[in-house]
Amino acid sequence: MAEPIARLDDVSVRFGERVVLQNCSLEVPEGAITCIIGLSGAGKSTILRLLDGLLLPNSGHVYLRENDICHMRESQLIEMRTKIGFAFQFAALFDSMTVGDNVSLPLREHTTLSEKEIYAIVMHTLESVGLSHTYDNMPSELSGGMLKRAGFARAVVTNPELVLYDEPTTGVDPIVTHLLTDTIKRLRKQLNATAVVISHDLQSIYMMADYVAMLFEGAIIANGTVDEVRKSTNPIVQQFLQGSEVGPIPL
Amino acid sequence: MAQVLREVEESPTAQAVERVSVGALASVGRKVSDMLEYAGGLTMLMWETVKTIFRLRIRFAETLNQCYLLGYQSLIIVLLTSLFTGMVFSLESAVQAVQYGFGSFVGGIVSYTVVRELGPMLSAVVVAGRACAAIAAELGSMEVTEQIEALKSLGLAPVRFLVVPRLLALMIMLPLLTVFADVIGVYGGQWIAHAQAHIGTEDFMASARQTVGFEDVVKGLFKALVFAVIIVMIGSYQGLTTKGGAAGVGKSATSAVVTCIILIFILNFVMSYFLYAGA
Repeated sequence: MAEPIARLDDVSVRFGERVVLQNCSLEVPEGAITCIIGLSGAGKSTILRLLDGLLLPNSGHVYLRENDICHMRESQLIEMRTKIGFAFQFAALFDSMTVGDNVSLPLREHTTLSEKEIYAIVMHTLESVGLSHTYDNMPSELSGGMLKRAGFARAVVTNPELVLYDEPTTGVDPIVTHLLTDTIKRLRKQLNATAVVISHDLQSIYMMADYVAMLFEGAIIANGTVDEVRKSTNPIVQQFLQGSEVGPIPL
Repeated sequence: MAQVLREVEESPTAQAVERVSVGALASVGRKVSDMLEYAGGLTMLMWETVKTIFRLRIRFAETLNQCYLLGYQSLIIVLLTSLFTGMVFSLESAVQAVQYGFGSFVGGIVSYTVVRELGPMLSAVVVAGRACAAIAAELGSMEVTEQIEALKSLGLAPVRFLVVPRLLALMIMLPLLTVFADVIGVYGGQWIAHAQAHIGTEDFMASARQTVGFEDVVKGLFKALVFAVIIVMIGSYQGLTTKGGAAGVGKSATSAVVTCIILIFILNFVMSYFLYAGA
């Protein structure tokens, strides 16, 4: 396994009485695609929010390289987030802006590039996700799959070191799922970045993942390459991978 | 005696009374705690906003856009409200005043009330109904669709991006709207005084000029400035703390308008007391 670019160290997160993560530790290897799988509501998206500093843990530490996110000031967090791209489950494009303006926004706010240069970069990024023709469209004019790809474009336009994808294939048809999975793989290679993907779609995980981690009851119970996790003897992992109702996972 | 007391304590009636009392106390406690949380959250948001403004991290284009959306688009309703309020105020007072021989004071009475109280407050209430709800609904909808989190993930502060432009825009536009409201309210009053009580325009305006000073106009505009801050901060806070999907957005918008209008009335009294009566 490559050196970790990010890691959770003994992290616990509670929302009121509800414990979401309990002494959870995870390493994200650099330059690879790590997929996090687990039941709905298991806390997978919480891990992404921790890695982006959008949420701070109740205890434990979150590191991006050797920097502890938990002890960063707001200005440092903002600086750190410019190195991380976040593609949200429902894209979360700003609906008062065109697709082009959405993708241009981080460049306009964080760089001193001219409008001409920004336009060239944005068009190139939109081309790489197959959406160059939607520059002037409003988000409401796009289909679900196109919205997700526009969200990918906004997440990667600043060439981040780490890209976080929150359920990128949820709610789209199998052909679009294949397209999105392919796009994630291609973007990772193109940017030479690390990716963390939350997904329930096992086919697309097998297709794109270098490493898989399974989250269950607030902790990582399996972690390794796709083959290692598929061959895991843990009955919870096997029940989840087989999608079986019979097994130790309480329904 | 101890046994009697124990029996009373253990009786179903006593236990029911205890349950009700504890429930009522808990409910009061929760309400107080919610209020304190609201006040604390609002103060923090205001502090963040002030810091951002003083660092001059202002998005001018968006501020201009908000001037148009929050201010210019409210102009017609502010003018209509103020015109008819000035007219009805004059209608109720002018005829009576003439009957009792105070016709020459009508201009002063109408303009005094419009400039000091009705102009700033009515403009604020009308803008609160429109802009405060719009801000809460827009920011609330952004919150529940993860757009606020998306802003943060892009390294952008929601306060700078969303709150500051709206605040600056309304701090410019509400005093301006109040000036228009003052003028149209006084002219509406003058028109009705002339039509219904045959008070001459010159008499009406002379009385108005004699009664209302520049200081009154400035104090009215100061009130408008404070109301602008209240409208944007309440709308923004409610929006940014929205939870629970579409229903939550509706709840935030309603709650923002109600809270805002109540605060406008209370603050109007407090400011009038210190600006006029107290002085």
